[in-house]
Amino acid sequence: MKSDRIFGLVVLIVALAFFVGATQVQTSFLSDPVGPRVFPMLIALAAGLCGLVLLMRPDAEPEWPSARSWGAMGIACAVLIGYAYALPPLGFLIPTAIAAGAISFLMSPRAVPAAITGAALSAGLFVAFKYGLGLGLFALPRGLMG
Amino acid sequence: MEILANLAHGFTVAATPFTLFLAVVGCFLGTIFGALPGLGPSNGVAILIPLAFTLGLDATQALVLLTSVYYGTMYGGRISSILLNIPGDEPAMMTTLDGFPMAKQGRAGDALVISGVASFMGAFLSTVGLVIMAPLLAAIAYLFGPAEYFALYLLAFLTLGGVASKNQAKAALAAALGLGIAMIGVDNATGMPRFTGGNLHLNDGVDFLVAIVGLFAIAEVFIFIESHGKNSAIGVALDKVSIPWRDLRSTFGTMLRGSGIGFVAGVLPGAGASLGSFLAYMAEKSWLGSRGRFGTGDPRGVAAPEAGNNAAAGGAMVPMLTLGVPGSGTTAVMLAVLMTLNITPGPLLFSERPEVVWGLIASLFIANIVLLIMNVPMVKLFVKVLMVPAWVLMPMVTMVSFVGIYSLTGSYFDLVLMVGFGILGYILRKLDVPAVPVILGILLGNEMENALRRAMTISNGDWTYLFSSPIAIGLWIFAIAGFVAPFFLRGKLKKPPVPATDDLNED
Repeated sequence: MKSDRIFGLVVLIVALAFFVGATQVQTSFLSDPVGPRVFPMLIALAAGLCGLVLLMRPDAEPEWPSARSWGAMGIACAVLIGYAYALPPLGFLIPTAIAAGAISFLMSPRAVPAAITGAALSAGLFVAFKYGLGLGLFALPRGLMG
Repeated sequence: MEILANLAHGFTVAATPFTLFLAVVGCFLGTIFGALPGLGPSNGVAILIPLAFTLGLDATQALVLLTSVYYGTMYGGRISSILLNIPGDEPAMMTTLDGFPMAKQGRAGDALVISGVASFMGAFLSTVGLVIMAPLLAAIAYLFGPAEYFALYLLAFLTLGGVASKNQAKAALAAALGLGIAMIGVDNATGMPRFTGGNLHLNDGVDFLVAIVGLFAIAEVFIFIESHGKNSAIGVALDKVSIPWRDLRSTFGTMLRGSGIGFVAGVLPGAGASLGSFLAYMAEKSWLGSRGRFGTGDPRGVAAPEAGNNAAAGGAMVPMLTLGVPGSGTTAVMLAVLMTLNITPGPLLFSERPEVVWGLIASLFIANIVLLIMNVPMVKLFVKVLMVPAWVLMPMVTMVSFVGIYSLTGSYFDLVLMVGFGILGYILRKLDVPAVPVILGILLGNEMENALRRAMTISNGDWTYLFSSPIAIGLWIFAIAGFVAPFFLRGKLKKPPVPATDDLNED
């Protein structure tokens, strides 16, 4: 109940923002009869209507995870975003081993198997991607590679 | 006879050693993706798309690889349904009802062989159906103008969510969300940026591959972390696999009926493989009535849904190829592949790129035969793969997703965006908002807007033009009916078929 109400409210606000955003879109004198604003406005109207329906007729409350699971997922998020930033400058091997190991640990909290999984996946996937598929990956940080 | 000549041409395109090799690899990977709980057809194809591109495959080769994966997942889903009582993917849900009871009775091998043959029958017959139907539909599609296309896209959105979610508002919301995301980027007609917030990374719009891999694969990682990979393999052991000829003969009719129902369910926009297997199972159950022992390990209860879901997979290719409107979630992902390859599906595809269409169709036949060989004699190999624990599998899926997207776009921004879509996908999943309409919205949003704007340019701003042809009116009626019908059918369709454990004659 509550989740859907909050969700409906968020949808309404986003739809409103989207609608306002659509009115701000620059158009040019070359435009067709519809122009670049109308279709996004229609979408915003449809979304807003759905948000209203959710506010008024919410579904049963979904089963949300426990605080611990939220924590684990938060860490996973941070790890993945960190991985996205680390991959270009630091090369493939080290960030992949850490990220894969961390994800593994979050699913099954045993340090040694997780570390082995991370290291093995990093090395195995590197060989598979680099030599099997011929992707241009850097193994190590660019600085060390010269 | 033109069809046969086209098909022969297709086989000359598809039957080179390298494409055959790709078909084998695709079938193998697909069966694994299908069998592993949590990794469904959409995920499997989504993860492999970036890799297919970085391999530098041409259009036909990429399609052969990915359709083999697609058909493979349809075969693979049954393995964990039967052995673990966990559907490997959503369409295989109905197979658990009789498959697992059969396995408990020590007939796991029989169930796997029967369902494998049923999968083959369903997929084979529906590919034949595709060969016959697709050119016909393509001929009709020539009559479509922008007004008809606009109505058709609307039809796809309104019906696709209808079956996928319990709540129509959420399904419609998902489509609106996808369409809204599609609006981000530079508007083609005026050259002005929309909804980019001044971020230059967003001027080209959101790459739909990033969205697909995020919404499916990365979201799945979060789901697994939440459940701590509980869906690991503990199940019934598989000892000997022999071919139960008697059961195969007795389920032959079931397979034919299931294939027919599945194909029709697949062709209808939005229904897809899950509905195909569901309808095939329910129809067979009511057809047999008291003659069936459904829910207690009746071989026909394994044959019907498997024929149904594989036939639906082939049927869903029909609207995808001829109209550019996918009939299911995975064909939506396949559409993304086509669009990335600069191939625009639709009637023109048949006249302008016949080698792609017929090569694809020929490769479907090839994939089927490869899959039958893999899934009947070699099924034990896949059962071994099921023993891979989630804490090895999911990190691997994550890393493959990252590397695939990174090698395709080369930008950390897209990787962060992908994680964002993963979080969005997780929340949507929790709230029972289907992800497939989101994907479809991102894929078709710009096309839909262009159709509307072209129609308005033709009519000089007269909105009644949208309802000016009989085809357009028909599509509007179907679209509205497709959206409204689930309100009435929901009570009938969504009631879970109770396995008849005690009462053998339960209807």
